[in-house]
Amino acid sequence: MSTSFLVDAIAYLLAALVCVPIAKRLGLGSVLGYLVAGIAIGPALLGIIGEQGTDIMHFAEFGVVIMLFLIGLELEPRRLWQMRTSVGVAGSLQLALTTVAIGAGAMLLGLPWQVSLAVALALSMSSTAIVLQSLKEQGLMHTSAGRTSFAVLLFQDVAVIPILALLPFLATGVGQGASDHTSVLADVPALLRAVLVLAAVAVVVVAGRFAVVPMMRAVASARQRELFIAASLLIVGGIAWLMMMVGLSPALGTFLAGVVLSDSEFRHELESDLEPVKGLFLGLFFIAVGASIDVASIAAQPLATAAIVLGLVAIKAAVLVAVGRFVKLSLDQTLLFAIGMAQVGEFAFVLLSFSVQSGVVPPHVSSSLMAATAISMALTPLLVLALRLLVLPRIGTRQAPTRQADDISEHHNVIIVGFSHFGSTIGRLLRANGIEATILDNDSDRVDLLRRMGFRVYYGDATRADLLAAAGAEQASMLICAVGSQETTNAIVELAGKHFPHLQLLVRARDRFHAYELMEHGVAFPYRDGVETAVRMGVDALRATGRRAYAATRAGSQFLRYDEASMAELATLYRSDDDYVGAVRRHVAEQERLLTMDIQADHTQGDHAWDSEPMRKGVSRRD
Amino acid sequence: MRQLLLVFAHPRLEASRVNRRLLDAARSVDNVTIVDLYERYPAFDIDVEHEQRELSKHDVMVWHHPFYWYSAPPLFKQWIDLVLTFGWAYGPGGTAVAGKSVHHAVTTGGGAEAYSHDGRNRYTIQEFLRPYEQTARLCGMSYHEPFAVHGTHRLTTTDIEAEALRYRRFLEDCLHEH
Repeated sequence: MSTSFLVDAIAYLLAALVCVPIAKRLGLGSVLGYLVAGIAIGPALLGIIGEQGTDIMHFAEFGVVIMLFLIGLELEPRRLWQMRTSVGVAGSLQLALTTVAIGAGAMLLGLPWQVSLAVALALSMSSTAIVLQSLKEQGLMHTSAGRTSFAVLLFQDVAVIPILALLPFLATGVGQGASDHTSVLADVPALLRAVLVLAAVAVVVVAGRFAVVPMMRAVASARQRELFIAASLLIVGGIAWLMMMVGLSPALGTFLAGVVLSDSEFRHELESDLEPVKGLFLGLFFIAVGASIDVASIAAQPLATAAIVLGLVAIKAAVLVAVGRFVKLSLDQTLLFAIGMAQVGEFAFVLLSFSVQSGVVPPHVSSSLMAATAISMALTPLLVLALRLLVLPRIGTRQAPTRQADDISEHHNVIIVGFSHFGSTIGRLLRANGIEATILDNDSDRVDLLRRMGFRVYYGDATRADLLAAAGAEQASMLICAVGSQETTNAIVELAGKHFPHLQLLVRARDRFHAYELMEHGVAFPYRDGVETAVRMGVDALRATGRRAYAATRAGSQFLRYDEASMAELATLYRSDDDYVGAVRRHVAEQERLLTMDIQADHTQGDHAWDSEPMRKGVSRRD
Repeated sequence: MRQLLLVFAHPRLEASRVNRRLLDAARSVDNVTIVDLYERYPAFDIDVEHEQRELSKHDVMVWHHPFYWYSAPPLFKQWIDLVLTFGWAYGPGGTAVAGKSVHHAVTTGGGAEAYSHDGRNRYTIQEFLRPYEQTARLCGMSYHEPFAVHGTHRLTTTDIEAEALRYRRFLEDCLHEH
């Protein structure tokens, strides 16, 4: 091992360790920290890394490939389908209008149309890392501005794939030569080439389903964690290589593989194994980008750079205002959305450097734009702060205290994780007594139904802190864990204890042994499985929300009586489900019936005899 | 200093503006321990040993409940049945509560005039409460004239405040009597 490699590695790690915590402390986000670290050790300042920065960037692009694999893993096709309207409308409008506006501007400045288009596509991206981070920090994820931002970012994430595929076709030879991806198909006739490309995609899809999963099973049985990481990297690397061989974007291939594997049993292992690797590679990537920023030329023409940055931010903000108004955001929400998303994002680095490699964009254009991108990212937190302090108070509608009608329901005190038989009993009991809980579930059919029934439902994996936070764990007072799986339950208990220690936890235990295990982890009273336990959990939840013990207990007994009385009728319907909904959707059909029945039933209890109100009214009438 | 145990029973306190206010007033008096029976034992599953221990620690008891059908809500009867046991509170060796004093505090929907020999209810409150009086006496406790808030349906907010103050004074008197 050569010492020069170690010197480089030490420089990268040290710069990151110094700059990233400082940037985070200042509220500027880790991306900016990495960029500054790169600038610091780059040729412009300390000069510790020089020309090899570009090589490092090629190497570090593997981080982007892993990132897209992970995005694919998270994006189950069904989930994308659920968000189709908001993502499709807001996202496509933003991308199209911004691309047209920036592209037109670039052509006016005298760039050829191919370069203008490539540049405009890259610059239309916003920064997922910065926007989501700042939305979360300011508690704005649930405002309509937050949701619209997320939808647009999601669209951009997906749009990167076709854009990466499109860029090489814009090559005009102005750059440093054609793509360095060595495709073996370069000399093959076009038709055969197309067939081979399709075949490669098919290989990814089929292998993802039928080869990867058995391989992972075999690896998992060896019970060596590092082998699993190696296998994960092998999958990503192998697909990236295959795609490059046929001349497709490696990111596209790994994204596809991610989607294919998103419903496999190894999804979570893949995610947790690759996440830190991705983080490191991406960090390296951002450092390399920072090192490649030509500080000298910016310093030489500060006015030109400032003009580019301000122009870009102004154009992007203007388009976002139009989009915000089109999807009917209120004025204050529109401004938050527009200013928050007006920066150029990290995908621009990816797309710009890819454009340079593909010979579409000349390096000097790219480097000044990358500098503008980095500066616009640094500006975002400052602009948002100014907006919140100076502009929004004058509009008179401050977003945080005055929520819109549909936002009020988002902050329930109770979160229920898991809405199968057990969880739904609790949720129905609470609803019958006027407590609307927020529900987290990972069955998309059920999520659909619950949304239709007016529940506030989040779809996804509750072992992720960000999803719990999105469901309002920070504002909630109680988390009811009604999940069936022991592992998931334990993970949720651990996660809640670590990230949301203020939450009161009511936890379902599979059996006595699982209950002991939970008690070791600080759950004082685990609820052992069964219908009556579910009811008791609901009663305790009612008590915790301030209900008198006796009223809550009566509500529980009454609910159980009502539920049991309906069993005979529901039993006859259960058989007939097979005829028209099929066994798979049976539980959804059942839940739909139960919830509809609940709405029609009278849950106001037969306890009016104890209320003095009717008697008071009677007395005053008599007077 | 004497200690007062307030045994309180109301199945639906959340719907009773008068009793909520009275209980608040009781909370502001020193040396008063409140046992909110329906909150503590919603399933009627009374912890007898605990209740007996509590009772032993106090010198005065106030039995506070709404006057349902000329009597107390069922959980209060359950408390009497289970806590004042043979051989502990009465019978051979049953001297645990002897010498303590008991006061009753009740709220009625009907007016004071209804609880008289000429009134609609034909008997006085004290007469209706005879079984409780004898229960206390059998256990060797002294039983006193009840504190009553009448005509709760017609009370205005100002009336209720005045009753709360009266209840507070009543509890203080219970603590200081001999």
